[in-house]
Amino acid sequence: MTTLVQTLIDGVALGSLYALIALGYTMVYGILRFINFAHSDIFMLGAWFSCTIAGLLGWAVGTPPTWAFIVVLLAAMAACGLLGFIIERLAYRPLRSAPRINVLITAIGVSLFLENFGQLPKIFGNTPTKMPALIPDIALGSFAGVRLSLVNLIVIVVAVVLMGALEWLIYGTKLGRAMRAVSYDTKTAALMGIDVDRVISITFVVGSALAAAAGFLQAAKIVAVQQPAHVSWVQLGLKAFVAAVIGGIGNVRGAMIGGVLLGLVEMLGGAYLSSELRVVYVFTMLILVLLLKPEGLLGKTTVEKV
Amino acid sequence: MSMRRFVAVLSFCSLSWMSACNGEPEAVSDTILVGEYGSLSGSEATFGQSTHDGILLAIDEINAAGGLKGKKLEVKTYDDQGKTQEAGTAVTRLITEDHVVAVLGEVASSLSIAGGRVSQNYNVPMISPSSTNAQVTEIGDMISRVCFIDSFQGYVVGKFAYDHLKARRVAVMFDQGQAYSTGLKDDFIREYTAIGGEIAGEPQAYTAGDQDFSAQLNAIAALQPDAVFLPGYYTDVATISIQARRAGITAPLLGGDGWDSSQLAQIAGESIEGSYYSNHYSHQDTSPAVQDFVKKYQAKYNKTPDGLAALGYDATKILFDAMERSPSLDGKDLAAAIAATKNFQGVTGLISMDENRNAIKPAVIVKMQGGIPTYVTTIYPKGTEPAPTEVPPVTPPTADTAAPVEPATAPH
Repeated sequence: MTTLVQTLIDGVALGSLYALIALGYTMVYGILRFINFAHSDIFMLGAWFSCTIAGLLGWAVGTPPTWAFIVVLLAAMAACGLLGFIIERLAYRPLRSAPRINVLITAIGVSLFLENFGQLPKIFGNTPTKMPALIPDIALGSFAGVRLSLVNLIVIVVAVVLMGALEWLIYGTKLGRAMRAVSYDTKTAALMGIDVDRVISITFVVGSALAAAAGFLQAAKIVAVQQPAHVSWVQLGLKAFVAAVIGGIGNVRGAMIGGVLLGLVEMLGGAYLSSELRVVYVFTMLILVLLLKPEGLLGKTTVEKV
Repeated sequence: MSMRRFVAVLSFCSLSWMSACNGEPEAVSDTILVGEYGSLSGSEATFGQSTHDGILLAIDEINAAGGLKGKKLEVKTYDDQGKTQEAGTAVTRLITEDHVVAVLGEVASSLSIAGGRVSQNYNVPMISPSSTNAQVTEIGDMISRVCFIDSFQGYVVGKFAYDHLKARRVAVMFDQGQAYSTGLKDDFIREYTAIGGEIAGEPQAYTAGDQDFSAQLNAIAALQPDAVFLPGYYTDVATISIQARRAGITAPLLGGDGWDSSQLAQIAGESIEGSYYSNHYSHQDTSPAVQDFVKKYQAKYNKTPDGLAALGYDATKILFDAMERSPSLDGKDLAAAIAATKNFQGVTGLISMDENRNAIKPAVIVKMQGGIPTYVTTIYPKGTEPAPTEVPPVTPPTADTAAPVEPATAPH
């Protein structure tokens, strides 16, 4: 029982990270109908920006103030948001009317560029680094053997707050209505006076900022931040993409549910079946969803005309 | 073009290219080129960097003493980034483009296996300084190594856990993507259970992409083992140790030579304190061979040499020793000379090659104390234990006490 509750907590903590990353995939897909393969690299850069910013602010040594992590989190989100804006403006916008495969290949190019540029000695270097301890590594008591660490609590709380803010942005503001309109029908939205380019830019900024938040949380939790081209970044990004597909790609609430579900499946499978097959559970779930409900858990069925 | 014709053209091209290579007159130069491939970047970057430093130190000394019959040794190094496919490419390049007489490398066993296959195919001798997986030298007669192998290392850690720590139930967590890790796991389980130890639960597996290891660690925490054996590489071990403490595992962690890096303590901090690993040598060993090496290394690089630096140094010295004894620098002759190495006094002990071109020598156990791997004990191969005249005993400066004798050494 203890192990079960513990595994559920860890699964939700892992899943909230997947959800934050998945949101970026799903928002871009919802509006532009293309998979932004550079998204996992924005997540990676979020982690590296967090390390670098914390180091520059002098928090790598000693005990940083309690509010330090909020400063670093917001700074990393702002930096990645700006980067998302630049990437969309320079790499994707010129291809807006090109066939979708061109944009897809460009996205892979952007991904490779970010990884390898980040590995340059003058940028982040090609070895792992240590994330400064902005969040003290303490356990918040244990209840009947179930332990909740401060960092996991912060991961879950930050993820919930950000997803709440996104919900409000999309369903409670004029900008959100514009986003939904563009996602529904770009041409008609433009005819109705919506500045489509601006909406797309904002979508990229918001998605990248959420990925940066996930990057910060990942770095704070794992402590060792792997070099930019390490396999783990792409693999985590890929799992988050699977989460977006499971939830129904293009559907924001679906991405949140898909992320948490995936985290739970991976942790429960790892703890109770076999840890060797952790990746297998993720993709088995993807196959099952694609077989039984191809549009994803919350996705809408669309009729494709041939 | 039909497939068959394409293949024919291709093989013709490669044939003419090969004959062009062979037809080239032996370049008359006053240097002998030795190749090195290693992970100078990536998650195991300190492995490659330390080994490289050790090799350069040895090359400098050899050249200062006159080189090989007046010819200077030169080393050509390629970074394989810790990636298997890059290792194969690097060795191919060293042999076919740079025409090296021998290859030094790698540290990680998966990479040595990839590079070793290439070396064997081209009949160029390769010495792995520190790959401990048995398969490395099983590739063929061109491949040898100057370190012990994992069946011995598994025995060392198992014996230490059982006799010294009195651990009776040990949990195991290994990297399923690394030949080193899966091999050492099997060797440890075999040796430890043979002494009478028990493995707690099923061995837990992870991959480099996991990063969040709570699923595995929760399962281990529930078993309450006396110790946890982690046969992985240092970055992963650091990450795991932090999460293990979070998961409530207070038992000491045990590991092999894959832990040997200054990065381990830097990343893991408090979490790794009081954990043990087996290594090829300890920089605190007071024997003259070790202290002499440590002094020279510190003078050149201003840091304390780890085990991989010592092995890089020994591998180069053994290669040179073989070059002196070998009738020619031809691959077959040189490989035979390397395989015939007997009682070579290296930094990491007295090195003799067995019939499978693996070095037979003792291992040390070190304990992480204040971020420094502190010498605990030496464990000898079965049957050679009480032979102090044959094997110079490693005298512990501080047997099992807290502070190292020489605080002058920078944090390792």
